[in-house]
Amino acid sequence: MKPKSYYEASARERMAAFLDPGSFQEFLPPTDRVSSPHLRQLDQPGAFDDGILVGSGRLAGHPVLAAAQEGVFMGGAVGEVHGAKLVGLLERTLVTRPAAVILLLETGGVRLHEANAGLVAVSEVMHAVLAVRVAGIPVLVLDGGQFGCFGGMGIVAALCDAVVMSEEGRLGLSGPEVIEASRGVEEFDSRDRALVWRTVGGKHRYLLGEATRLVEDTVPAFREAAIGLLGTLPVFGLEDLEAEHARLQGRLERFGDCRESFEIWTRLGIEDPQALPLLETSAFLAQVGGKRG
Amino acid sequence: MESLTFEYRGGVPIESPRIPVIAGVVGSGNLEILLEAEGPADHCTIVVVTAAAGFGAIWQAVMDDFVARHKPGGVRLSINDVGATPAVVSLRLEQAWDAFQGGSA
Amino acid sequence: MNGDWSRAARSREGRVARGMIAGGGRIVSRQKIIELLEAVIEPGDRVCIEGNNQKQADFLSKSLAATDPAKVRDLHLVQSVLALPSHVDLIERGQVARIDFSFSGPQAGRLAKLVEGGRIQIGAIHTYLELFGRYFIDLTPQVALIAAQMADAEGNLYTGPNTEDTPAIVEATAFKNGLVIAQVNQIVDKLPRVDIPAGWVNFVVQAPTPHYVEPLFTRDPAQISEIQVLMAMMAIKGIYAEYGITRLNHGIGFDTAAIELLLPTYAAELGLRGKICTHWALNPHPTLIPAIEAGFVKSVHCFGSEVGMEPYVAARPDIFFVGADGSMRSNRAFSQTAGHYACDLFIGSTLQIDLAGNSSTATKGRIAGFGGAPNMGADARGRRHASPAWLKAGSEDARNTGMPRGRKLVVQTVETFREHMEPAFVERLDAWEVGESAGMALPPVMIYGDDVSHIITEEGIANLLLCRTAEEREQAIRGVAGYTQVGLARDRRAVENLRDRGIVRRPEDLGINPRLATRDLLAARSIKDLVRASGGLYDPPKRFRNW
Repeated sequence: MKPKSYYEASARERMAAFLDPGSFQEFLPPTDRVSSPHLRQLDQPGAFDDGILVGSGRLAGHPVLAAAQEGVFMGGAVGEVHGAKLVGLLERTLVTRPAAVILLLETGGVRLHEANAGLVAVSEVMHAVLAVRVAGIPVLVLDGGQFGCFGGMGIVAALCDAVVMSEEGRLGLSGPEVIEASRGVEEFDSRDRALVWRTVGGKHRYLLGEATRLVEDTVPAFREAAIGLLGTLPVFGLEDLEAEHARLQGRLERFGDCRESFEIWTRLGIEDPQALPLLETSAFLAQVGGKRG
Repeated sequence: MESLTFEYRGGVPIESPRIPVIAGVVGSGNLEILLEAEGPADHCTIVVVTAAAGFGAIWQAVMDDFVARHKPGGVRLSINDVGATPAVVSLRLEQAWDAFQGGSA
Repeated sequence: MNGDWSRAARSREGRVARGMIAGGGRIVSRQKIIELLEAVIEPGDRVCIEGNNQKQADFLSKSLAATDPAKVRDLHLVQSVLALPSHVDLIERGQVARIDFSFSGPQAGRLAKLVEGGRIQIGAIHTYLELFGRYFIDLTPQVALIAAQMADAEGNLYTGPNTEDTPAIVEATAFKNGLVIAQVNQIVDKLPRVDIPAGWVNFVVQAPTPHYVEPLFTRDPAQISEIQVLMAMMAIKGIYAEYGITRLNHGIGFDTAAIELLLPTYAAELGLRGKICTHWALNPHPTLIPAIEAGFVKSVHCFGSEVGMEPYVAARPDIFFVGADGSMRSNRAFSQTAGHYACDLFIGSTLQIDLAGNSSTATKGRIAGFGGAPNMGADARGRRHASPAWLKAGSEDARNTGMPRGRKLVVQTVETFREHMEPAFVERLDAWEVGESAGMALPPVMIYGDDVSHIITEEGIANLLLCRTAEEREQAIRGVAGYTQVGLARDRRAVENLRDRGIVRRPEDLGINPRLATRDLLAARSIKDLVRASGGLYDPPKRFRNW
């Protein structure tokens, strides 16, 4: 039987298979019934964990804190309780000082039903992520779920030390449907799935340097990548931020006039860029080598 | 949203202690079931919150069959439903019960 | 009497002569197509616009709907499908007096309104084979507007993998004084092979865009549910294995896609490789790839092709019917015949089943038609060759007394509730009302209850062959109807009695644990898995990709 697909697994299945077996201890588990008061008032279905599980566990023996968003519940959208659980986890990090914080993100961003609270929550998450990094604790993002990682949480992902993606994963600010709705189908056809994936999918994000690692769509592959990153990530400081800004400025100068991912891949000097979307992850990595933006 | 509560008596008391389990996720056509050891030893309380109103009789029939099959005693089931069919509800109930017995969900 | 036996032939000569002038020759420029159609079509003509649930002569259809209604009128459409907006436009423009067809799919709602408004008369809704049959008896087209991949300068046609209905339409039309007009995607010097000889074709036009082909048979494994996996396990263990089904046809839904994807896993574990599912009448379903690659399948004959499957099919000539040029040739009429006479089992889904086992996809406000399902899903009473599966089913059939006889297995697989909690089991089919409101002679039943041998739901399998009375049959159906009103009204004791006799079998009676019915059993869980299984040969349409 094939290993568990990360893309298909629920947040709870991912967490259980990602961490060392049996090591996960959940904070505010479903039995505590800390769920959204807003959804109840709006007569909308709620979840006992408000669509996110947070807790502590071990990764290859190292103590870590981890959170996993459930994409199936409201597209993983961040509401007040959901966001508070994430912020609380990050703040706890400063006290318990684990080896890393791992965020298994799958989210469209802020939950529209409780948008103000959600927006505040996402900004608090951003603040907390940076505080954790400055304290010398790396924050890792895993992105390989069906709903991708978009909106304010797309920004959060970009603020973290490293992002591990599968090619099925998607990362961006506005989702494809949002871009089409606001700029027209000529600008971006959200139903052209091949276009969507070569624009916001894992392979392109890897080539642009936004995804640190690209892995096969299995939970063990994500686990191995995360273990490999532990202990390799430097402590974050001002010079790192400036270096990152310089890198992004350079990228804009190099690719700013490109209209299509294929043009960027060609400019990166990759042979036969048209073939990239169809390559298996290992063959893809071999073909692109070190040619990344 | 509609809330439904079903109470059963005459169940076989579960061997305690039991770790609570959760099965399923809250999404279209799906549901989550939280199973906990709670209440008098021969009681089974089932609380359903569902987005699909007007199917109380079908929920009753599904739950009657579940309780007749397993005779849960000292158990509370809490359900958040988004229009799951009886087939999916029955499957999740079995998965939850199996995990509660010490299997895996 | 009169000694004139060639009036129709002379009519054709006149039409061809008028067409040569209007179109400027045999190869017609697309700018002149409307003039050509106006010149050759006469009021009251029987016209076939080729199209089925796959390829469509869409350019010719659009052009016909742009002709002058004063010239082109009172048409009698005789065609497989009324699925394009332009088909219905033609009716709305008042150019059509009567239609005989098989299937209306996406236009079902518009068509129902036109019928109710008295704007159009329906002769009958046929099965494909039935309509093809009538092309050779009393509904022979005077003009056929067909679709092909390529033509050469002489007018020979290459129809290739999507040959589909073309041979049946052209044969009837060309040999009974009719006119054949073909739209092609390309005109080339040399065809890969000749599927339709030039002598049967009168005019050819290169369409501005390739004819439309619907990827109707692509089912994304990502959308297969655990319940469908469970029902697929029951089908394999409770029916395929027990009867030893080697020759079969599948419907096109997710239920049957699940069966195809369980062959290399679950069926292989049961030791069924080589024992079931070897010979098929089936389109090239992408979900069959893993079973083919696992060595389950020996032969597949296709009604049509499937978008993106052409390279894979061409690379598996031992399995598919492939020409010397390397590309497949499909044929709907022959594959329907194969499905009816040469297969031991049909399995498919439906929208409603009544207490007698009659099933229909007709629902209020829609006239959708049948396509091929009734031919596949009917016992072939004319069949005479025996096979173990056919004989075993025949030995169980309560109707067979005295003279030994086999019978086909016709299996309906449905979840008791569809989405939005619509029950699949009903006391009375919507088809009754649909038939009445459309003024049809019969309710539009897809598969008659007396043809159905088994019904599979998540609750179990009902074997209707073994039922001895109408009451038993009703209780067997109620017994697998779960929590629908039909199911809740069952006589529990009677159903338990049927269970003791093996007429109703629950998953546990079959040794199947529903909790083990997970998507992990699927040989492919995504379209990408199918591409992988094909060794990169399958090239899925963009809308099915997530990479």
